[in-house]
Order: sequence, then structure tokens, then C-alpha cells
Amino acid sequence: MSTLYDFALRMGDNTLILGHRVSEWCGHAPVLEEDIALANTALDLIGQTQLWLGLAAEEEGTGKTADDIAFLRDAWDFRNALLCELPNGDFGRTLMRQYLFDQWHLLMLQELQKSSEKRVSDIADKAIKEVSYHVERSRDTVVGLGDGTAESHKRMQDALDYLYPYVGELFTPDAVDDAATKEGIAPDLASLREAYDAAVAATMAEATLALPESRFGHKGGRNGKMHTEHLGHILTQMQWLQRAYPGATW
Amino acid sequence: MYAQMVKSTGEGVKSREDMSPEEAAFQDRIDQDIKIEPKDWMPAGYRKTLIRQMGQHAHSEIVGQLPEGNWITRAPTLERKAILLAKVQDEAGHGLYLYAAAETLGVSRDELTEDLLSGRMKYSSIFNYPTLNWADMGAVGWLVDGAAIMNQVPLQRTSYGPYSRAMIRICKEESFHQRQGYDIMMKMANGTDAQKKMAQDALNRMWYPSLMMFGPSDADSVHSAQSMAWKIKMDSNDELRQKFVDQTVPQAEYLGLTVPDENLKWNEEKGGYDFSEPDWNEFFDVIKGNGPCNTDRLAARNKAWDDGAWVRDGLLAHAEKRAALKTAAE
Repeated sequence: MSTLYDFALRMGDNTLILGHRVSEWCGHAPVLEEDIALANTALDLIGQTQLWLGLAAEEEGTGKTADDIAFLRDAWDFRNALLCELPNGDFGRTLMRQYLFDQWHLLMLQELQKSSEKRVSDIADKAIKEVSYHVERSRDTVVGLGDGTAESHKRMQDALDYLYPYVGELFTPDAVDDAATKEGIAPDLASLREAYDAAVAATMAEATLALPESRFGHKGGRNGKMHTEHLGHILTQMQWLQRAYPGATW
Repeated sequence: MYAQMVKSTGEGVKSREDMSPEEAAFQDRIDQDIKIEPKDWMPAGYRKTLIRQMGQHAHSEIVGQLPEGNWITRAPTLERKAILLAKVQDEAGHGLYLYAAAETLGVSRDELTEDLLSGRMKYSSIFNYPTLNWADMGAVGWLVDGAAIMNQVPLQRTSYGPYSRAMIRICKEESFHQRQGYDIMMKMANGTDAQKKMAQDALNRMWYPSLMMFGPSDADSVHSAQSMAWKIKMDSNDELRQKFVDQTVPQAEYLGLTVPDENLKWNEEKGGYDFSEPDWNEFFDVIKGNGPCNTDRLAARNKAWDDGAWVRDGLLAHAEKRAALKTAAE
């Protein structure tokens, strides 16, 4: 399969799986405005999934659709970063996960706007408008809750401690990424880290939260070698109808 | 609209002779279709009835997120998932407009929320029924939103300005909801045998609960007359129910589905269908809290509220710190 296919799959699986997670909140948020914001975020991510997986399907060229890719692969074929599949936990962990992802997503999309592949830069142009808002909101919420009450501070620190070991994977290139960089499709992932660290450090300082010292990073999602146990459960829900009633049109 | 059995004054409509000069002037404005605005004088009963009705409608939007949210993670295609997310997001938005409109009558959103969570205020009985297969997402849009629109379209002309304006915005979105629901039903009814079975099953379960959405028959609606005189209720329950049946039966036929009513028959003379009444005992059971999902729905809303307390407190504390810093700097 082409580098572009692999690349589109990684982008699309990130937004698909994170969008699914965020959508689990529907109707259960702490306040009505957050119900709206979470549904809106999930909606944006699923919309971006349609574009990325649509591109992957087009690149695959076997007549498959974005839906076939989303609903008919098993866990080992998923290429999302592990961060995206981690359970929601409390609202604080959900928003911390969102911020850690959004900040990466924004930097990535900024670079992808310069992609040599027009179909990629087109998607980036569209997605970045949404993601600029996502990061603004998730950042504000992390700051507000980090620097809120003693309880909210503790919950946010716990969330950061739990999630931070999943950040490194977003910046660790492998052969697929190297090929994408070489072809001018995507930036060198490692090159995004400095700007990311600066932005995250500023946010956490404002949120009065301490960044974990260890830079250890869990890996295995982006190359599909070892997802968490959580992904399989997402797929049992997400893919159930398509699997139980093959060939139906919905 | 999702309001049923909204209590009014319980005293019947006052005759002109019994009205104070203020009340008579108020009624004149209503009769002339002049909108009542928040700062205008209004009878206490008008205010109270509207708060009940708008609150019940807002709560229905909020609780109504749950039966549809139940299927978001299982939506069968990316497009269906996106549409369902957009729809549930709209519903939360409707809740927000309606709470905001109710606030103009002097009741806060938090007070109304507390009344929902404690069970003191109701929401539409329909949301106490479960969504059991994917076709239910179609049936909810087609029947439930369809029934809601029957009520909401006339309410765009309701006498209270903020309510009328909220309803105009809501109606635009609801008709989109109904269309997407019918679109799901078309796909299901024209799909595989299993999909047809899902579609029929959804119609079988949702039909009578949808008819109940209009409230008890007119003979049993003790509060309607006053609400109609105040133009916060525009049509009688039975009129709307008849209209709904007349509109929906041909749609079911077009889908090739069977409305679960042996007595359903076109009546040439009245120019409408004859149909069976829903089981009103079941309706009153649901209203009293004994529907299939009442306990779960309220528990879910209470859990969301309780689990979210630290978030609301945290964000409030942060806002206060920010405000204090700003004051200190000035």
C-alpha cells in the first residue's frame, strides 16, 4: 500500500477513535454547554474521519469506502495513537486527553497545509479551522480546572500523570513517517516536539500543573503492533451493526 | 413541543366581568396577537403556567438526548453517526434556548434543573421508552420529532415573545430532524429482511407512545382552556393527535409498514382516520414514574449532574480567581 494510504489511515484512525470516545459523553456532561461542546467536537472529528478515510479508500483504489475502512477492520489494522483510545475517565481526563491531542493536531495540521499532496493540504485547510477552536477550548478548560479548586486541581494532575506517557508516540517517527516526510506529504514528527513542549509547558504552568519528568512513551498504536485492551471494546460497539448485518445499506 | 398535562391555574378561564382592569388589558393584547414581553405586566398564573410548560419542554430536550445518545456509539456509518451527533447537539441547544427563555420569567436554569433531578418537574413521557434497535433512530425522528413539530409549529405564534422566538429557531431544526428520521426509515424499510423487521418493530413500539405525546384526550384535559385563552397552547390535544395520525399513516403505507392498530380506518365523512386511543392507564403510569426507563433516565441525569459538580465548582473558582486578579490589577 502507498505511503499516502498509510498516512491517511493514521490521521483518520486518530480522529475516528477519539471522536468515538468523545461521543460517549453525549447527554452526560457536567453542564449543558459542555454537552454541546463535546458533541460538537465529536462531530468535527467524525467529519474529519470521513475525509481522511475517504482519501485512504481512494488511494487504496479497490472500490472500498471510508465506511468499509472504519467498520470492517480488526484492531490490529487500526493505526491511531494509543492516546486516542484511552477510556474517558472523568470529565477532567477527557479534556486533558483532548488538549494533549489537540495541541499536537494543530501543529500537525499547520504543517500539513504545506503538504506536497494537494488532497492532504485541502483536508488540513478545512480541519484546522475546527481544530483551532478545539485547542482553544480544551486549553481553557485544562487551565480552569487545573487552577480551580483543590479537588479539580488534583483530578487534573492525576489525568496529566496518567496520560502523559502516551504523548511520546505522537512524535516518534517510524519507516512510514520517514517515507511520508521524504515524499513531502507530512512533516518530520520529531520536529514538532519543540513547539509542542513549549505550548504544553505554558498551558500547564498556567493551570498550576506539574508536567511529569519522565519522557517515557508507550507505543504500538500508530503501527498497530500493540494497541491497549480498550480498542477492542470500542470496536465491538462501533462495528456491531456492520458486522452483524453484512451487506446492508444504512 | 414536549409538554404534556401542564398545570395551569386550575380555576378555569375568568370571565371578562371577573377580570381586573390589568387582566382585561392583558387579555386584550393577547386577543390582538400582540406579544407579551418579559417586562410587561402578566397575571401570576400566566407566568407560572409558562414556566411549567417551557421548563417541561426544556427538560424533554435534555432527557431526550439519552435515548438517541444510546445509539451514537453504534451508528452504522460515519454519516449516520455525524447526523445523530448533530441532532443530539441541536437538542442540547434547544434546551439551552428554552432555559434562557424561561429565565426571562424569573426562574434560573439551576432551579429548573433541580426540579427535574428531584422529579418535581416532568419531561415528555416519550423519553421513558427505550431505543432498542437502529430503526428506533429513524422512528424517533419520524414519529417523535414529527409529533413534536405538530405542536411546535403553531407555538411559533404563542403569546409570549421569548418563547415564540425560541420556537421559531427550534422549528427550523426539528423539520430537518424529522426528515433524517424518515430517511433512516426508508433505508430500513427498503433494506434487507432483518432491516425491515427492525423498522416494523420500531413502529410497533413507538406508535402509541407517540400518540400519547399530545396528552390525554380533551375531555380529560382540565388545564387546556386557560392555556388556550392565553395562547400558550394553540390547539387541543385531540385535534393535534388527529392531524398527526392523518399525516403519518400514508407515510407508513409508503414505507410498506403496518401501523399497529386494527381499528385504523379512513373515515370519509370526517376526512380523517379513525384510530384506537393509546392505553391511557399506561400513559398515567409513565407520568407517575413507572415507565420502562423513568428510573434509568433520571438516574443518568442525576449522575451527570453529581459527577459534574467538581467541574462546575472548579471552573467557577477559577473564574473568581481571574476576576480577583483583574480587580487587584486595576
